[in-house]
Amino acid sequence: MTTTSVAPGQELPELALPPVSRTTLALFAGASGDHNPIHIDLDNARSAGLDDVFAHGMLSMAYLGRLVTRWCPQARLRSFRTRFTAITPVHARPVCTGVVRDVNGGEATVDLTVALEDGTVTLRGTATVSLVQEGTV
Amino acid sequence: MAVLADPRSVIGRKLPGFTAVAERGRLAFFARVIGEDDPVYRDVTAARTAGFRDIPLPPTFLFSLELERPDPRAILAELGIDMREVLHGEQEFRYHRVACAGEELRFEPRIADYYEKKGGALRFLVRETEVTADGEPVAVLVNTLVARRLELS
Repeated sequence: MTTTSVAPGQELPELALPPVSRTTLALFAGASGDHNPIHIDLDNARSAGLDDVFAHGMLSMAYLGRLVTRWCPQARLRSFRTRFTAITPVHARPVCTGVVRDVNGGEATVDLTVALEDGTVTLRGTATVSLVQEGTV
Repeated sequence: MAVLADPRSVIGRKLPGFTAVAERGRLAFFARVIGEDDPVYRDVTAARTAGFRDIPLPPTFLFSLELERPDPRAILAELGIDMREVLHGEQEFRYHRVACAGEELRFEPRIADYYEKKGGALRFLVRETEVTADGEPVAVLVNTLVARRLELS
């Protein structure tokens, strides 16, 4: 990203992920520290009336974070928020997209979406990034 | 533990604060699991070349450290919420700066809000957590948890 090139309507390069496997969910439970068994233990999911486990919402938010930080250095990220609008089933293929909504006062606001192949939107969010070059951390 | 007669009485409650540190190896593991291939997130030399003091915590990783809070399910028990009913509703991060591996980060969580929708079928619990290092602000996390009432077996 170059600061001068950021304008409303600009799309971030799409990030398409491989299918979410049970292995990924098990590893993400360990790596993220979210050990809620609803994501990794079929017995637990069934006891809650579900047919299967489903992905951690924070796995998809981590993918969205990748979308943002490969477009803009993380030191410029000011805020990052998402609403989790649908669960991500095992084997689903999330696709992360983003589009610049607004540029104002040295900051850009980016609308973010994670969607599955069937069109289901699983996350909607926004990030604000500084367009002013700053010192590193 | 008895279920609270008035669940809204949790609003404003400070939860126990705690200190957490992200280790390099865990950050590299996290990066690998989410498919992050930028060496900045795995390798301390690459991170320093990019201007960071150490491997940076990727944007959502403070959430993982915040999971280390003591007795995280106590408040759910007070509200009569079973973990299986819980969904992650919303998550927000506001950053003052990037945190890095090895930093001692102080977390001070509090309950910012509790509300219900659909006649109590959906309950929302909002937790706001300030993160500091050496007394200086690093970030603020806002977590909205949604509990559905399920027929649990």
